Amino acid sequence: MTSEKINKYMVRFYIALFFLYLFGPLIMMGISSFNTTTYPTAYPIEGFTTKWFTKPANDRMMIKGIMTSLWIGIGVICLAVPIGLAAALMMTQVPKKMQSIYYTIVVSPVLMPGVILGISTLVFWDRLGVWIDADYDSIFYRGIFLTIIGQSTFISAYCMLVFLARLQRFDRTQEEAALDLGATHVQVFWKILVPFLRPAIASAAVLAFLTSFENYNTTLFTKQAENTLTTVLAGKVRLGTDPSLSALAVVIVAITIIGAIAHEIYRRREQRIADAAAEAAKHAAMEADKNMAPIGSL
Amino acid sequence: MSDFTSIFMAVFLAVLLAIVLAPMVQKNGTVLSEYIRGITFVQRNGIFLSTYLIGAVLLWIVVMIILPQLYMIDFSFRHNLPPSKIGGPEDVYTLKNYAYLLFGRESDDAMFNWLHLKVFVRTIVASILITGLAFVLCYPIAYYLAQTAKGSIARLFLVCLIVPFWVNEILRAFSFRILFGSSGLINSVLISMGIMDTPIDFIKADVAMYAGLSYAYILLMIFPIYNAIESLDHAQVEAARDLGSPWWRIHWRVVMPHAKPGIASGCTMVFMLTAGALAVPQILGGPSSLWFTQIIFDWFFTGGDWTRGSAYAFVLLGACIIFVMAVMKIFKVNLGEIAK
Amino acid sequence: MSSGVDLDHISIKFGDFTAVDDANLTIERGEFFSFLGPSGCGKTTILRAVSGFNELSEGSIRINGVDMKGIGPNKRPTALIFQNLALFPLMTVSENIAFGLEVAGVKLADRRKRAGELLKLIALGDQGDKKISELSGGQKQRVAIARALAVEPEVLLLDEPLSALDLKLRQHMRTELRNIQQRVGITFIYITHDQGEALTMSDRIAVMSAGIIQQVGDGATIYNNPRTSFVASFVGENNPFFGKVTKTDDKYAVIENEHGSLRGCNNQGLKIGDDAILFIRPESLALYNGKKPAENHIETSVLSQEFEGQSVHLHMKGSGDKAIVMSSTNDGSPIALTQGDGVKLTFNADRAVVLPVGELADE
Repeated sequence: MTSEKINKYMVRFYIALFFLYLFGPLIMMGISSFNTTTYPTAYPIEGFTTKWFTKPANDRMMIKGIMTSLWIGIGVICLAVPIGLAAALMMTQVPKKMQSIYYTIVVSPVLMPGVILGISTLVFWDRLGVWIDADYDSIFYRGIFLTIIGQSTFISAYCMLVFLARLQRFDRTQEEAALDLGATHVQVFWKILVPFLRPAIASAAVLAFLTSFENYNTTLFTKQAENTLTTVLAGKVRLGTDPSLSALAVVIVAITIIGAIAHEIYRRREQRIADAAAEAAKHAAMEADKNMAPIGSL
Repeated sequence: MSDFTSIFMAVFLAVLLAIVLAPMVQKNGTVLSEYIRGITFVQRNGIFLSTYLIGAVLLWIVVMIILPQLYMIDFSFRHNLPPSKIGGPEDVYTLKNYAYLLFGRESDDAMFNWLHLKVFVRTIVASILITGLAFVLCYPIAYYLAQTAKGSIARLFLVCLIVPFWVNEILRAFSFRILFGSSGLINSVLISMGIMDTPIDFIKADVAMYAGLSYAYILLMIFPIYNAIESLDHAQVEAARDLGSPWWRIHWRVVMPHAKPGIASGCTMVFMLTAGALAVPQILGGPSSLWFTQIIFDWFFTGGDWTRGSAYAFVLLGACIIFVMAVMKIFKVNLGEIAK
Repeated sequence: MSSGVDLDHISIKFGDFTAVDDANLTIERGEFFSFLGPSGCGKTTILRAVSGFNELSEGSIRINGVDMKGIGPNKRPTALIFQNLALFPLMTVSENIAFGLEVAGVKLADRRKRAGELLKLIALGDQGDKKISELSGGQKQRVAIARALAVEPEVLLLDEPLSALDLKLRQHMRTELRNIQQRVGITFIYITHDQGEALTMSDRIAVMSAGIIQQVGDGATIYNNPRTSFVASFVGENNPFFGKVTKTDDKYAVIENEHGSLRGCNNQGLKIGDDAILFIRPESLALYNGKKPAENHIETSVLSQEFEGQSVHLHMKGSGDKAIVMSSTNDGSPIALTQGDGVKLTFNADRAVVLPVGELADE
């Protein structure tokens, strides 16, 4: 065996090991969700059952947590996407000298531990509430409101990065062209900029929702009396272990994988259609220049 | 639900205000509107957009980022008072919350608050080690995917890498509990093989927690490095090899310098997330508080001393800022390259 | 009848940099007017000021007698065709053309009708539903023009719109633009660095350099009677001869330099002792076979020759550093010259101009 071959096998072995490390725990969890043992384990396998899958569906706390998470996710989309968009649009308009300071401030939430964001949001709104002497059932003490604010602090930065990436490909003369043709600034925004950013808005919204849905660290501090799916899960996992949690995990993983595959198939098909159209257009255009009819009369 | 109505009322009122004010400013020939329209920014964007841009960005930067941080810092220098006494004569600045982290209760015999200091040092040191470990584990994979693997295989691998990341952090920690629990997989296997009789308590021995922490954020190391290496022209690697450079030198002198921003980004994210992790220590940690975030959490929700919790949080934030600055200095990159 | 576009002593500064310095001219209604100059000369800045994207530091712009100060680009009776065309890629051809009407609140049916008319004008009648990306370069050009014409501007501003096209299409579009202008009869202000475009299409041309308008006039005037050394060297080929004025009369001036005395038209009122440049075009030079030294006599030796079909260019070395170029029409007779041959040249003093020393255009 040549040293090159040994090298190749070593690389493969390492990659296999790495993926085993990544997937091993998840696969074990998957197996344990079908195991009849009352505690989640993949070994020894005592029998096959699907009873663990019915349990989460009947768990009222879990259902309520999912609902709260959904509401918070929607709230975060409504707050973080517009903020991220505004922050991205401001990036080029901030005076040159201020640009690096501005950037440092707006990306800092990404580099801050989630617990800090949760704590600062909690403390700030609490003191604000004390300061204006608000009631305890006002929004200053509402878990959903505080969680939306706290999560949006850093999710806005994610959205901004998505928009910045898209805006790099935007041709600013389009705005000027529209203005020149008589559009107002508002019309330029809605008719030129927003349609161009539409894919980015969609991906920012999806990203914002998923990040919000997943979030634990910030939420734990701002949730007050409310409970989200993650905090419910964390509570259950800490207290005791139960194969129904494995079952729930399997469901979540299955949903995400199906979603990802569907997205990938959709993306590839779009790509194929776009490629074919571009190819046809190129041919047509080359012909068109040759036999372009002379201009007619009004 | 009253909280929803109040949120939506607030948003609704803000939008209404903007809609009502914008045309007023636009039409009125008052001095104020003339002045506002004279600003270049407003001229470039129009009244409506200017209001939206400035409003949204100010809301974010001032109300959501800067003021809460300043409040938290301010709060950490105050006494723990009931709401009725806030703003009263007792509401003065103090260093006692920070002193507590260092020296503990005055009545204690020990000179320093070893309990908390140890946890803090452990959190930081372990986070640094885990960051280093993640880098060592991920770099070969990232390099392989970016430079060696072919199109569709690389794509498949990438998707496979993302899948575990989609699984909730809590559930990922839970899967480690299945592995390491006293009746978990590892113990069951070891016992049934007859290697030992009684299960090892991995959780009490902190093995589970460190393993879980190393696992939790590893993907945030791969992707930035992968992106950075992918933009490296493979011809450079081949040229270096052609010139007789050994493989480690190629990486040290060609690949790593190119991937510097990605490495810096990955290290920063992994360190920050590990040091700030709360779910993994809560789920996989032993009965006593092992991670600094857990102490912070306890001050807030069991100790009931928010000012002290804020002080501890600020110390953690400081450690993270120092780490980020150190990374920026070592790798000679700026913040823009780290946060991508 | 009030004039089309008045630039009343306008200056435009960006910080310390003066992009346009005291430009003062009037563009008549219905005129095809070009600004010609190298890149960075300030011509685009003027165009953007007329369309409302740049602010004036001094002076004022009036369109049909109305001062444009404080009027935004969306309220001016101008339409701009951008260098990159700036068509909206997410809209169809028809939607692009009708965009100006859409934002003005015109009803859909009326918009469709107008877009249809304009599509017919640009001979793309059946392509209204295509995407912009499906069009060829020339078709995009036409759509951009139609989109601008749809808002019925009084002034159409064109910012080097042909620069992205290949040579053949560019030449074709020149005639086309001129035709469209004559058909719609509105003022066209055209920006270009290509003198061929400016000379073939324009009624009048303003030559610009370093923010200053050097000369305004029709193509023939600019070419035959340049007023500054920049115009003489930028528009067309020209041979400069540096020297000192030794003699003047009411029409001519004589300069003295290493070639001896050279005489040309003195339209700029140069006086004896002034430093000057005499410019003579390659096609105005002729070979001289006489024995006696002629007036305007230049001794040279052949460096190289270029055969271009309808004309032949001879590069020659005179007493100065710069090669002298002579062009003659190819009349079929062979030119029996080889490198190093001594050649005598001469020219008619009426075809040469003597100008004050000034900036020369980079070759």
